[in-house]
Amino acid sequence: MTIASLIASPSELTDAASNKTAIVLMTRIRLARNLAAQPFPGWAKPAQRTRIAEICTAAVAAANPLKRSLNVDVDQLGELEKQILVERHLISRELSGSKQGSSVIISKDQTVSVMVNEEDHLRIQVLRAGFQLKKTWNVINELDTALEASLDYAFSPTFGYLTACPTNLGTGMRASAMMHLPALVISSQMEKVVRAVNQLGMVVRGLFGEGSDASGSIFQISNQTTLGESEEEILKRLTSVLQSIIEHELNAREKLLEADAGKLFDKIGRAYGIMQNSYLINSSEAMNLLSLIRLGIDLGVFPDANRSTIDRLFIEAQPGHLQHAQKGEFDPAQRDLLRAAHLRSEFANFVRPDFSLINSNGKN
Amino acid sequence: MANPLKCDLCDKPATVHLTQIVSNKVHKVDLCEACAQAKGVTDPSGFSLSDLLLKASLNPEAAPGALRCESCGFTQADFKKHGRFGCPACYDAFKGMLEPMLDGMHKGTKHSGKIPQAALARQTLHERLSKLELDLSDAIKSERYEDAARTRDEISQVKQAPHQSPPR
Repeated sequence: MTIASLIASPSELTDAASNKTAIVLMTRIRLARNLAAQPFPGWAKPAQRTRIAEICTAAVAAANPLKRSLNVDVDQLGELEKQILVERHLISRELSGSKQGSSVIISKDQTVSVMVNEEDHLRIQVLRAGFQLKKTWNVINELDTALEASLDYAFSPTFGYLTACPTNLGTGMRASAMMHLPALVISSQMEKVVRAVNQLGMVVRGLFGEGSDASGSIFQISNQTTLGESEEEILKRLTSVLQSIIEHELNAREKLLEADAGKLFDKIGRAYGIMQNSYLINSSEAMNLLSLIRLGIDLGVFPDANRSTIDRLFIEAQPGHLQHAQKGEFDPAQRDLLRAAHLRSEFANFVRPDFSLINSNGKN
Repeated sequence: MANPLKCDLCDKPATVHLTQIVSNKVHKVDLCEACAQAKGVTDPSGFSLSDLLLKASLNPEAAPGALRCESCGFTQADFKKHGRFGCPACYDAFKGMLEPMLDGMHKGTKHSGKIPQAALARQTLHERLSKLELDLSDAIKSERYEDAARTRDEISQVKQAPHQSPPR
């Protein structure tokens, strides 16, 4: 498979949208793994990095879910291609900036990706649309066991899987959910939620991980610690935290409708108007407006069938995807113009909002 | 962290004292005003306590002595600079400074979770084979041919035993 055909095919994120993905858009688990008796990528010399990449890539490409996958060295990818993979959550920003000897293997359906020589020798990732921690864990666990049959992992009975950074020690697992929480943002409750989630040993980040902003009211919630607890225990704790956040978001939606439905309808209606008529939209504004339309779908203002369009536009409004679709590189001001044109054409025939259909429990 | 009045990150007097309870564990960090600002402690959504604890525990005062990993040449100073280790063997070399650090960073200090069974079984098999091969050459050297024959049989038995990975 080539990078061009991978980019051209729909990803799990945009293809599997349904009302099951209403609040949790995506579940993702990654495992950090290293080879025994080899220096970690950040400390390895170029020749060692190349050797490590050869060993890892051969084992990964032979694993069942990754047969006929994309298998490419990072330094063979163009800037725009790397940006698209980052926007699809298939590689990290760190990998996209890394030196010679780093590569990535991505499954055809774009649910499995393995980064080689990122911070660790292997960063295995599986993602699924919706709230599917258990299923995602089963898939990644099986892949990890398959790789272990031919790779000698660095492992200590005391510290578990040995990783370059001690913060990933133990299970080497980071499980996360990408959540759409517009009502908590509108009612200014996110700060409170972040603090409560931190106290439960979980971390809240923006859409693209550390340091990114939370435009579009999309957040990633993941486990902070990896040592001292089994994978199942971590996933169980994360599941109960996520369930309680979902409950808070649904309550916040109900309260917004009770307290001042007109104000909420106005926001959704204006977002629709801007989508149909504007000429300049930056990606942050686009995300925030798409978030309001998505909330409208959850509330029944727009038909559920339109959800996949919105989830696709969340990705297509990103700078990398936008430039790729327009076949060129454009400065931010030109991008805003192109983005608005794209959204206008998508919304030209988008069904009008109908506020009489609202379902007051917000659960659709 | 011996002197609570000093900032954990630099040596200025600490004026910001942060206590956070994460999963029933109390974490305390003392910072000067400049470091607190720089780390975004005043903005509760924007900082990571574990990151801070990692850096604080890298303070040379907290872990005296210059350790070095024999396997990859990584030193304590390198760790302080990068916040990452050089190779898996570093975890043995730096064990002493590791435990207090992990205690603040994680839920526990001992792994509980998945174990790479196949890889460990293969390792045990390797160790057993190399010991048997050593025994065999010893036996031949000292002309104990009966022992040698028995050891040779044992080796071929071990090699034929079903193991999960295909022969490489």
